[in-house]
Order: sequence, then C-alpha cells, then structure tokens
Amino acid sequence: MAETDPALEAFRAEARAWLEESFPPSLAGRAAALMGGESIAAAETDAIEWARRLGARGWGTPTWPAEYGGGGLSQLAAQVLNQELDRIGAFNPLIRTTGMGITMVGPTLLEYGSEEQKQRHIPKICRGEVFWALGYSEPNAGSDLASLQTRAEDRGDHWVVNGQKTWTSGADIADWCGVLVRTDPDAPKRDGISFLMIDMHQPGIETRPIRLIGGASPFCETFFNDARTPKDELLGPLNGGWTVGKRLLQHERQSQTGATSGMGGGRRRSIRDVAKEYVGVDAEGRLADADLRARLTDHLMSARAHALTIARVTAEARGNHQVGAAASILKNAASTVAQQRAELLIELLGHQGLGWDGEGYADHELEAVRGWLTGKAMSIYGGSFEIQNNIIAKNILGLPETTQRG
Amino acid sequence: MAALSEEQTLLKEQAKAWARDEAPVAKFREMRDSGNERGFDKGTWAAIGEMGWAGIVIPEAYGGVDLGFLTMGVVLEELGRQLTASPLLASGLVGASALVLGGDEAQKQAWLPRIAEGSAVVTLAVDEGPRHAPLRTGLAAEKTAGGFRLRGRKGHVLEGVAADAFVVAARTGGAPGDASGISLFLVEGDARGLGRQRLATADSRGYANLRFEGVELPRAALLGVEDEGGRLLDAILDRGRAGLGAEMLGVAAQSFDMTLDYLKNRVQFGSVIGGFQALGHRAAGLFTEMEMARSCVEAALQALDAGSEDAAPLCSLSKAKAGDFLHHMSNELIQMHGGIGMTDEFDAGLYLKRARALEATFGNQAFHRDRYATLLGI
Repeated sequence: MAETDPALEAFRAEARAWLEESFPPSLAGRAAALMGGESIAAAETDAIEWARRLGARGWGTPTWPAEYGGGGLSQLAAQVLNQELDRIGAFNPLIRTTGMGITMVGPTLLEYGSEEQKQRHIPKICRGEVFWALGYSEPNAGSDLASLQTRAEDRGDHWVVNGQKTWTSGADIADWCGVLVRTDPDAPKRDGISFLMIDMHQPGIETRPIRLIGGASPFCETFFNDARTPKDELLGPLNGGWTVGKRLLQHERQSQTGATSGMGGGRRRSIRDVAKEYVGVDAEGRLADADLRARLTDHLMSARAHALTIARVTAEARGNHQVGAAASILKNAASTVAQQRAELLIELLGHQGLGWDGEGYADHELEAVRGWLTGKAMSIYGGSFEIQNNIIAKNILGLPETTQRG
Repeated sequence: MAALSEEQTLLKEQAKAWARDEAPVAKFREMRDSGNERGFDKGTWAAIGEMGWAGIVIPEAYGGVDLGFLTMGVVLEELGRQLTASPLLASGLVGASALVLGGDEAQKQAWLPRIAEGSAVVTLAVDEGPRHAPLRTGLAAEKTAGGFRLRGRKGHVLEGVAADAFVVAARTGGAPGDASGISLFLVEGDARGLGRQRLATADSRGYANLRFEGVELPRAALLGVEDEGGRLLDAILDRGRAGLGAEMLGVAAQSFDMTLDYLKNRVQFGSVIGGFQALGHRAAGLFTEMEMARSCVEAALQALDAGSEDAAPLCSLSKAKAGDFLHHMSNELIQMHGGIGMTDEFDAGLYLKRARALEATFGNQAFHRDRYATLLGI
C-alpha cells in the first residue's frame, strides 16, 4: 500500500469515469436488497440495465481474458475496480445472476475447457446471459462425494444421464448445470467420475426446491431421467472428473473465504451500532453488559484477524491470484467469524431477534434472524468445516490421509 | 500489508540459524540449571550486540541500524522459537523506544549508543500490583529544589536484575487511575535509595522487584513532559507489546512444529497418531489460529513502522491474538505429547512457562480485549 503505481492510478480514473456514466445512482448501496434472491427483481429496470452494461464491458468478470468477453484486467487492476465499485455503493450483480458461472464454472472451464467449449460458454457468462448450477452432492454422497452414483452412458454422439443430485443451488432457474457423473462403474470410486455440462431446459430433468430452516432457499433436488447432453460437453478427460471437480471446489472455497468484494457488503449496519442501540451504554460509554462487551470484542478481533489474513495471503501471493491451500484456512475462519457474528447479532437484539415475519419487527431484525439460520450452512457447504480440516491436515501439514478408504 | 522484504527474509534466516546453533533451548536450560541470577547468558547477549540487533529500532545517528519494528519482530520471533533469553526486547526494543520517543538530545546521546551495542541494559519499570495496569501508577515523584524524589515500588521488572538504568513511570500529579499526572524518569541502576530484589520465576528469566526509598533525581532525569507521560508510556508499551506478539508467535510456532513432528512419528495402535482425526483436526485448528495470529502480529509491527493511527488497536490485537494462540498451543503441546511432555527433561515445560510469562507481560489477553474495545468505542 506504500507506493502508488501510475498505470493503476490511470486505470482508477478510467474506471471511475466509466462508473460515473454507467452506474444508475438509484441502485447505490442496494446490493443486499436487489440481490437477496437469485435473480434481480424484474421490476428493477435500472438493475437489469446496469447488469447489461457491466457485462458488455466485461467487468463483471474483470480478470478473464478479453478474447472470451472478460475484462482482461490484472489482479491489481481488478482490486482497484472493486474499490471503485465499493466507493459509490455499486456492486457486481453478475456474480449472482450467473449462478455458479463466475465463481466456479468459468474459472474451471478456462483451465480445462477445449477452445470450442470456451467459445461456446464463456462469453455468455461474461455477458450475464446464462445461469449455471452445479450437480455435485447426492443423497448418499455428501462429505464422501466420491461415492456418487448418478451415471452417464455413452450413446455415440451423446450421453444419457440418470440419477439424483441434491443441494443443487438454483437448479429450478438454471440454464446449464455442471454435473459429476459416474462413467466407469468398475473403476475405484475416484477414477470413474466425469464432469458433464448439461442443458437444463429439457424434459429429462426435474427440480424440486428444498425449504431450509431459514425459510426459502436456493437449493433444489434435481432428478435426471434419461437426460441428454452432447458428447462434446464433457469437461476435461473422460473419467478425469474427480480432478476437474476438485479444482472447481477449490474455486468454490476461494469464493467462500470472505475475500470476494464488489458485492456492496461494506455497507451493512455495523454490529457495534446495533449493540449500543439495543444493549445501551454505561456512564463511560461502555456497552452496558460486560459479558456481551467482552464477547463482541472477541468477535471483532477475530473478524479483523481474518481480514488481515486475507490481505496478507493476497500480498504474499504478490497480486498473483491463485487458489491455494490457504483457502481451506480462510474458509473455516470465514464461516466461524460469520456464524459468531450472526449469533451475537440475534443475542444483541434480544426479543427483537426472535421474529419470523410480519408486524412488530423491523426489516433488519428479520434479516438478522433469517441470516442467522441460513448462515448455519456456511460450515457445511463447499466442503464442511471438518472436510476443510481434513484438507489442512493432509495437504498443508502432511499428516496421513484418513478418508481414502474404499 | 506486505510480505517480508528481501533484507528481512535474509535476516530471518540468519536469526533462525544463529538461534538454532548458538542460542538453542539447551543453552537456556543450561543457564537455568547453572543458577545464573542475571537471567540470561552474557556471551549470548554480547553476540546479539555484535550482530547489531539491539540497535534495530535505533536511528543511525545514535549508533543503531534503524531497520524498523517489523525487522525487530522477525528477529524476536526467531529467538522466541528457541526460548533464547536476552534483554533484546526489554532494552533493544522497549528501553530504546522510551529514549527515541521521549528522550532529549543529552539522554539519547548518553544511552542509545550503549543500548545499540548491548553494553547497557535499559528497561521499563511500570507495574506495581499483580496485574498490568499502567494507569494505576502510584509511585510518588515529589518535587524537590533540584528535581524529584521517588518513593514507592515496582514489581516484576523485565531484566530488572541486569538493568543499568530504568525508565520509571511515576506520579507527579493526580491519583492512581488518572490518565494525567504520570511522568517518566530515567533512573540509573546504582542510584542511592534504589533497592532491587531478584525474583525466581517459573520461567527463570531476570525479573526483579524494585524499591524506591527516597531516590533523589535531578530535573534532567525527567523523560518527556512532566504530568503528561501517560501517552508516551502507552506508545512505549505498544512497541513492547508488538515485539512480544512476535516473540510469542515464535514460541508458539516452535511448539506447533514440535507437536506436528511428534504426531508424524509417534506410533500407537499400529499407526502414527497424526492419522487419527481427533488429533489431525486439532492440529488443523491450531494451524488456522497460527495463521490468523501471524497476520495480526505483522500488521501491528507494520503499523508502527508506518506511523499509522491504527497502531494502538493493532498492537492490542496482536498481543491478544498471539497470546490466545500461544496459550492454547502451549497446553496442546503438553497434552499431545502425553507423558513425555510432562517430564522436565523434555522441553515442553520450558515453552509452557515462557508462554505464561510473555502473556502476562504488558497486558494479558483480557487486558488487551478491554483496551481494544475501549479504543473502538464500545
């Protein structure tokens, strides 16, 4: 942070000028309200127009190659862009409106896809025209993902897929889905898996939303009954899907480290203000409840430590954005800190932190309750807290593998 | 935030190798068993002086090398790994900072070059009761015709046995608990009326209790501004706390490495115990804590180097997070080693004892959580 790079500062001016004329001021600071669901509210023409402009410029996917419709920016320039987005309360809606397209599918496609596959799929993600889901987990394959049973049969020019996936985020509104399927039932379980890309708009696919403890959720059960996909929608090598799929999960972890910005996240109500308002302060301005004050402080310190670690990991990678083992550490820290915050928040709210909906509760109080419940998933999805610890123990610390049996 | 510079990386390697080869835990143990009352080995301290480490935060004009706090932290961390006992933190960081921040030209000239070469040990005498509480300073500094007269006591003064001079927090106004009315004085170790009592602590380093029985000081002994030493004291302490964060991180990192090594080699039930998830997950959790603590430690040192306004909360963050991790890690060091960890012959006990001593110095985790909250206004 010490020295400023003239090229970067020139880019900052360019980004600022473009945002000035392209970002509708009516949307400033409204990321949470507009992007709570999976798609932007239809009535928000400004939001739709903003998504279109950002996509056309390639800045919804700032570091992706320009030849496929990305922004072609360096990691450092992309950080500058995020800072400029945050500065005016702007946000990147494409991160949501493409489903898993930007955070996971795209980076994996760029790494493993053939030239044709990239040409076919990447530009649509960049322009925000396609929503991607992912079919990984199955009812009997959760943490032990490699035991998945959904199978794909080779029918010459296409694959036929049968089986059931679960926790398929946004499957009910998805256009495409990346699915891990078994293509060799006789091979050891990690060696018979392939990664297929499947068009969701076909009769062989049925989806059923799953209601979670926080109310509605983006998750679905997805049923494949003789669903079809062309042969050239195989991503990566045949029976090499475990490697491709694992790589994608690394991108998922990266997106769950808390390091992603440009989401307008900085503008939420501070937990300190909530604490003072609901708990009150003593004559010296200290939070009136000493026990809560100590625990709130401990949380704020952990949150700061997590933020400093993201900054350090980024600096140590010298701006070279890479998916590393550090993602497991950061993901566990991120879920711990977020869940700690959510618990503290409803505790601070007292009785007002018990509402479900309707009269008697402010919007932010209801959001706190729903967020608290929904957030329990953070330490489960994307490889649970315990799975991350397995990864840290094995890949970073070099301890013996404990989950390879079978 | 930045990764270490090339120079810092080189120094880290140099300090690591030197501590491992020349000042390892075995040497600390030897010092403990020899009944050395000073609390550190003279040859070790002389070598540190020769390498210039005692002058890392001292400007070149006063004989230092002026490489900053992150650099000092890098060295302290490596020495912490081997439990190397020396006055580097007490004198080279805290004593030196007191003079750099509060000293007048004559005081700087008189002491900084000697601190830098390691020929003088200058340490801070702040606490009087059993807990760190700088605002509770009660040691009385009464005005006299020529200067001041000090009466009172100081407890658990770091390197208090070997110190050639003390930076003493005293009260020239107000009452214990007041932020104003604190002044700092530079008191030579052989001053009349100053008594010191060596303390035998579990950690075997050189702590002493001091008694001031009418110690007469000239006006020139005042360090900084009369009655307004509270802020200066806080700034000096923060430098010490940031250094302690680094040293604690080193002690904890070594404890982690020792434990991980044991997990990979100890065989029970027919396999290495690190393959048991109950232990592997604890190791993963400790590693995660260590990474978070490291970020806080480096951020505090960098904030001091940058003169950032954020330095005070970051120093408390560093002391608290490194302290929490060290506390947890030192207990796990014993527990995961089982019976062998309980023996005096094995080093785990030495790490545990050092851990608690460092945690308590210049404010434990509870102190720094409270301070962090106050600085944040909650």
